[in-house]
Amino acid sequence: MHIIDSGNTAAANGVKLARAEVIAAYPITPQTPLTEKLSEFVDGGEMDAQYIPVESEHSALAVCIAASSAGARAFTATSANGLLYMSEQVHWAAGARLPIVMCVVNRGIGAPWTVWNDHQDAISQRDSGWIQIYCCDHQQIIDTVIQAFKLAETVSIPVMVCYDGYILSHTYMPFEIPDKGRVDAFLPRISPEYRLDPENPVNLNTVTLPDIRLDIHGKTAPGYMEIRHNLHTDLRSSISVVEEIDAGFKKNFGRGGNPLIEPYRCDDAEFVAICLGSLSYQLRLAVDKLRNDGIPVGVAGIRLYRPFPDQAVREAFSSKKRLIVIEKALSYGNQGALCGDIRAALYAATGSRPDISNYIIGIGGREIQTNMLVDLLEKACTGTEKPGTEAEWIGLRM
Amino acid sequence: MKDDIIRIRWHGRGGQGAITAAKIVANAAFASGYEGVVMAPTFGTERRGAPVLTSLKIAKKKIYDLSPITRPDMVIVLDHLLLDEVDVASGAVPGGLVIINSPLGPDAYCFKGARTATADVTSISEAAGLPSGIVNTGIIGAFARASGLIGMEPLSLAIEKEFAGKHPEKNINAALRTYDQTIVGDLLNG
Repeated sequence: MHIIDSGNTAAANGVKLARAEVIAAYPITPQTPLTEKLSEFVDGGEMDAQYIPVESEHSALAVCIAASSAGARAFTATSANGLLYMSEQVHWAAGARLPIVMCVVNRGIGAPWTVWNDHQDAISQRDSGWIQIYCCDHQQIIDTVIQAFKLAETVSIPVMVCYDGYILSHTYMPFEIPDKGRVDAFLPRISPEYRLDPENPVNLNTVTLPDIRLDIHGKTAPGYMEIRHNLHTDLRSSISVVEEIDAGFKKNFGRGGNPLIEPYRCDDAEFVAICLGSLSYQLRLAVDKLRNDGIPVGVAGIRLYRPFPDQAVREAFSSKKRLIVIEKALSYGNQGALCGDIRAALYAATGSRPDISNYIIGIGGREIQTNMLVDLLEKACTGTEKPGTEAEWIGLRM
Repeated sequence: MKDDIIRIRWHGRGGQGAITAAKIVANAAFASGYEGVVMAPTFGTERRGAPVLTSLKIAKKKIYDLSPITRPDMVIVLDHLLLDEVDVASGAVPGGLVIINSPLGPDAYCFKGARTATADVTSISEAAGLPSGIVNTGIIGAFARASGLIGMEPLSLAIEKEFAGKHPEKNINAALRTYDQTIVGDLLNG
């Protein structure tokens, strides 16, 4: 069934179809309508879940951590400073290997206060050990939320589903709500390997010594470093799990196919724009325009940002002439975070490597008009000089 | 940029229901075969009574440009007093259409290069049985009449769906009555 509604409603319907059992969230713009919709679903009996109102984002994720430790399918959502306020628990959830799903409705970070979109919030948590997936439209939001639970529970790693605040969260567009029976079959009820059980009390994640030790059963137990190494290697191997789950989803629902990098007119392109989120869809229009003018350019949206699909990046881009990395966030004092990742991935490429130019755009909701993107791409594709290493800010009015 | 997207910008006041009106038209457009429908309110600063605007884009294919409308093909104004506060026709394309809820006829307005259509939606809606000041369904009738883009049948169905359990018949009635009473002016040379 198709409906026309907001991105937040798409996300809420995904959580409902996934049969989340515990939802704890604190409202923050532009995430608020998502959690309001979920509270309506629970209150109206459409969802058999515990909706736990809390006094802060830190508590929201703490509740999800407790619920997930007890074996429940848990969900939360936040934006911007709310995500930062829960940051300690964000890292904890990953270290504790809890399959929590969280929507991050991307918004710029204060100070100064902004409620508008950029990606600095999620980017600031990229090294927390969570999986991060970015969505470009409402269909991807609802489909990704459903897949995120399967992914999280398969690899025992929490998943952030990121989508642009306002641009997607508050915009209405058509999307299909997948059939409930098919989702039930695709995503069975959670069956955790370990869970808190009053009959068999255990300590979880207590102080863990630098070195390995014997546990109470006399077996060698990992130290902190081994536990963290496992998190990293499991994250790395979850790239192929993302692909498997996407393939399974496509078989059942007919959508998907590019879970790591979503390319558009890239096959014969010499120039490729690369970005995160809905910007990659807007860039398609600029690509079409420049293609009409004979410029061989394409655009690729990075959908899986953590773990970073560096091998797929090398395969897709190392033979290109120039990459144009356009970002709504940056590693302050260095360059765009995505650009740094792309550069690092391509450094390991054998043979030729493309030039890379880096642009910062749309910070704090600064409007991005399509003709700005046409100008940017045209300049980047036709420039004869090798791009500099500094990121260029687009749309500044200094 | 030239493309096949119809851009409709809605001007109203916070709380007046411009978003709901745009949503109803979006649903009716989708039901009429427009696969691409995107409705985006101005973000972040809505306050009751303050001027607000909503962008609605309609196309036969999926729409990838979610940026706000700067060059509208149509402008719909839910309160004619907004004209004192907002340049509603700003950026309107040549040959565009301005639809206003106003007790005055189209001749009272002068949007160069555009056609103006008016209907006294406030009075018509009250006569249709809606509480005073509810104009966001009546204005849909004026839109249907002046634009000829979507028929009253899918629009009535979309109103019925939106107001299920909340007097949809009165809202449909307001739209139908406004459709009949909308006056479309001539194209004014720019």
